[in-house]
Amino acid sequence: MSKLKLKLTFDKDCVTRPIIYDLVKKYDVMTNILNANIEYGNRGNMILEIKGKEDNLKLALEYFDSLKVKYEIYAEAIVWDEARCINCGSCTAVCPTQALYMGKDDLLHFDKDKCVVCQLCINACPLKIISVEL
Amino acid sequence: MKSIAQINEKIKKGKAVVVTAEEVIDIVKEKGYKQAYEYVDVVTTGTFGPMCSSGVFINFGHSNPPIRMQSIMLNDVPAYGGLAAVDTYIGATEVSTKRGMEYGGAHVIEDLIAGKDIKLHALSNGTDCYPNKEVLTTINKDNINQAYMFNPRNAYQNYPAATNSTNKTIYTYMGTLLPNYGNITYSTSGELSPLINDPYLRTIGLGTRIFLGGGTGYVSWQGTQHKVDVERSENGVPLVHSGTLAVIGDIKQMSTKFIRAAVFDKYGVTLFVGIGIPIPIIDEEMLKFTSVKNSEIYTKLVDKSGNVSIDKKFNYAELRSGTVKFNGKNVHTAPLSSIYIARNIATTLKEWIINKSFELTQPVAPLPFEPKVNSLDIREIK
Repeated sequence: MSKLKLKLTFDKDCVTRPIIYDLVKKYDVMTNILNANIEYGNRGNMILEIKGKEDNLKLALEYFDSLKVKYEIYAEAIVWDEARCINCGSCTAVCPTQALYMGKDDLLHFDKDKCVVCQLCINACPLKIISVEL
Repeated sequence: MKSIAQINEKIKKGKAVVVTAEEVIDIVKEKGYKQAYEYVDVVTTGTFGPMCSSGVFINFGHSNPPIRMQSIMLNDVPAYGGLAAVDTYIGATEVSTKRGMEYGGAHVIEDLIAGKDIKLHALSNGTDCYPNKEVLTTINKDNINQAYMFNPRNAYQNYPAATNSTNKTIYTYMGTLLPNYGNITYSTSGELSPLINDPYLRTIGLGTRIFLGGGTGYVSWQGTQHKVDVERSENGVPLVHSGTLAVIGDIKQMSTKFIRAAVFDKYGVTLFVGIGIPIPIIDEEMLKFTSVKNSEIYTKLVDKSGNVSIDKKFNYAELRSGTVKFNGKNVHTAPLSSIYIARNIATTLKEWIINKSFELTQPVAPLPFEPKVNSLDIREIK
C-alpha cells in the first residue's frame, strides 16, 4: 500500500467531473480530501491524500493527466527555518490538526504524520519562515 | 526593608542572590515567603512579544554639499522628515512603497541591527544653507551617528486573550482568528512578564535600567495608554491591559536575537521586542508579587470582531495547556509571544547582574498615575 499527498488544480472544464468517484470506483484508491477550494463551474484546487496499490496510484495520476488536471506531489509536509524561528506559536493558532504545537519546552514542534498540508501556517507565521516542500 | 543601594552593594561584592521570575516560584515553595525574602535580592523578568509602538531615531550625519532632508526613504520605507536636517524616526509599522506589507519599518530596524547596508533616498527643496536636493546612498549602523530605539508603548501589563464570534476568519494583530470561536490567541510571558511581577509599579519608574533588545536600555516615560486604575485579581495582577512603558536604548548594542521584524497576515508589520526588567526585592511584598504563578494570572477574553461582549476569564496555565473549555466546547489556544526567548532574556539579565555588568537603579520618579484613558470622539469641524 502506497500513499501520496497531492495538490490538484483544475479549470472550469473539470470541476463538474466526479473525480473522487472515479478514483474510488475505477482505480480502487482510498481518498481523503484534506482541503478543497472549488468554485463550481469555474476552477478549483484540492489537497488530497490517496492510498492504494502503487500501480493503481500510477493509473490515477495518468487519469489526472488525461483530464488535464494539474497535480503537484507533496513529498514532504511543511518545513520551517528552525534557526530563524522565534518559537512564538502564532502558527499553531491556525493548524487544524495540531501537527504544529508548542511543547512543554516552549519550543515549536511538528508532527509530520498529522500535517494535512493545508498551508494555513505559511501565512500565519509572522516571520514568514514556513514553506511547503514539493 | 532592603534598599536598592544595599542590593547594589551586594551585587558589587558578588554576594547578591539573583534568580528569574520562574526560579523564585520554586524558592518560595521550598522556603516560604519570609525566608525567601531574606534569601533573594533580585528577580529578573523577560518578555518577547509583538510591540507595534516601536521605532528608531537616526542621525545620518551631514553630506557635502549638505541636505535638509524632507522626504526620507530607507529601503523604500518612508521615514519621518519633519525633524532637523539629517534626523529621522523610522516607525516599526510603516510599510514599503514597493513591497507593501511584506517589508516595513520593523524590517529596516532588524536589518540595521544586523549590520546590513540600507538604501537611503532623501529629497529636499534645497535652502541657502542646505543646497543639496537629493541624496541616494547606503547607510549602516557603523557609519551613522546616533541610532536609538524609542518605543512609545511596550511591555503591556497583561493583555486580553482574543477570539472571533463571526462566521468568517478575521486577520488581526492578535493573529488569525478562526470563525465561530474557532481558536483563542493570547500574548504574554505570564509569570515571567516584567510588569506582572511588579503589579503596582513599586520598583519600576522613570530611569529604571532595563534589558532592551540585547543591550542596556532605560524606562523613559509611562507608555502611551498607560492605565493603572483597572480591575485586578486579589494578588494585584490586572485582568486587562493596564500599565505600559516607553523605553529607550542604543540599537548599536542590540542583537537580532532579541529584536525581530514580523508580519501579521492581512494586518501589517510589527516588531518583536525583547525586554527584561530586574525587580529589586526591597521587602516581603515584592517577593510575594514576583512569586506569582501562571495559574494565578488571569486575563479576560475579548471578541476581536467587536460584535460580542464576552464575560469570561482564563488563567495562563489554562491558556498554555493548548485547550480551554468555552461555551461548552474545547477551544484550541495559541500564544503569540515567545516564552522561550522571554526565559532567555530573564536568564541573560540574571547573568549580567551576577557578572557585575548591570546595576540596579532607583527610579528618578514614579510613573505618573493616570486615572483614565481618553477615547477619540469624532467631533464636528467648525
